[in-house]
Amino acid sequence: MDQLLISTRKGLFSARRTQRGVWDLESVSFLGDNVSLAMQDPRDGAWYAALDHGHFGAKLHRSKDRGASWEEVGVPAYPTPPEGHVEKDFLGREIPWRLIRFWCLTPGLASQPGLLWAGTLPGGLFWSEDSGATWHLVESLWHMPERRKWAGGGADSPGIHSIFVDPRDGNRVAVAVSSGGVWRTKDLGKTWTAHTKGMRADYAPPELVEAPESQDPHRMVQCPGAPNVWWVQHHNGIFRSTDDAMTWTEIKNVKPSVFGFPVVVHPKDPDTAWFVPAIKDERRIPVEGRVVVNRTRDGGRTFETLGRGLPESWAYDLVYRHGLDLDDSGERLAFGSTTGSVWISENSGDDWITLAEHLPPVHAVLFV
Amino acid sequence: MAHVAFTRNLQRHVACPPCAVVGGTVRESLEAAFTLYPRLRGYVLDEHGALRFHMAVFVDGAPITDRWGLSDSVSEASEIYVMQALSGG
Repeated sequence: MDQLLISTRKGLFSARRTQRGVWDLESVSFLGDNVSLAMQDPRDGAWYAALDHGHFGAKLHRSKDRGASWEEVGVPAYPTPPEGHVEKDFLGREIPWRLIRFWCLTPGLASQPGLLWAGTLPGGLFWSEDSGATWHLVESLWHMPERRKWAGGGADSPGIHSIFVDPRDGNRVAVAVSSGGVWRTKDLGKTWTAHTKGMRADYAPPELVEAPESQDPHRMVQCPGAPNVWWVQHHNGIFRSTDDAMTWTEIKNVKPSVFGFPVVVHPKDPDTAWFVPAIKDERRIPVEGRVVVNRTRDGGRTFETLGRGLPESWAYDLVYRHGLDLDDSGERLAFGSTTGSVWISENSGDDWITLAEHLPPVHAVLFV
Repeated sequence: MAHVAFTRNLQRHVACPPCAVVGGTVRESLEAAFTLYPRLRGYVLDEHGALRFHMAVFVDGAPITDRWGLSDSVSEASEIYVMQALSGG
């Protein structure tokens, strides 16, 4: 895939690989506006860009000509709460029933044309069956009692940042929540069950360490070619499942840090995954000011720390949960940082080239 | 008829030149404006019909008091101004 969309605090930038094999920035859409994320629908090729205007609310735009022009489509609406109902998270902070931001957009399967899923702040999952023109709240998840125990993680309100539709069965959808665990439906959203067995939240009070709602998966991915295998970059570390998210195994002792936000998995090889480590919690900067990518090729038994071409010192780039992407070949990677740097590798992370150093803060990157 | 004007910052997203509307309250007046500019509604109001948290509406130089119900009175000679609140910088 020879094009990269970079969603930033001040616009959606596009970079392209030239015939000489050089990557260059080539255009920008929504310059000056906060673009939370972009998505490409593989069924019809349409691009989607989610904007967070702040004053004017969250919006969604669609392009049918690869960014040459955009049209505004619909946005999810939260229901009006019952009279006098003020909802608070388990820490006593108010959770508004109001769309704050898109945090994830995922298309349905090829057999489900027009079906889109949207994960949002403050925790609502929505679906559209008309390519985003209208949206419907998945009420079963929103009204699930455990949802009231979700809390902000990465933002003031809880949010759904990872949505995976099972390639074997479009009725099976899994979502990950910061902070609120992993939940899955097998019946297209009628019922939901927690899938966090084996996860551990050191930061929670002792009696809540293993509670599903305590888990803060920063990002969750499913291997397309081996869908029983899942990876999670969790607030507490790295977890992997080989039994279709029924149980998770913690992967420890990863240098330079087991903390981070993004994870990507190879499209065919479930043992190969990449992470961008950072110092945990209070600091959230690269260890020793050195930007690196961690790669495992053996299911997490060992990791290689890759830094050739990346800053070796005095670098404080943090990479958010959607800030790392892998293309369909499984060899081309890109990641973008909070300080506006973007790097690309064409050999599975062995070597990196700098695409940009002065972009606005990067929320997400996406090969298209 | 009351006159409604919108901050220039909105024009970049939705074309909404000043307009004359009939309405006895801020809600009635804004609804009349949204009839002219349907896409504007979601930029000014949230999904519950309340004024967005970071938006402000002034009627004859005074900020409205009912941000949820938009029941503040409007006269035929009123000037209504829809702008961003300065909260957030």
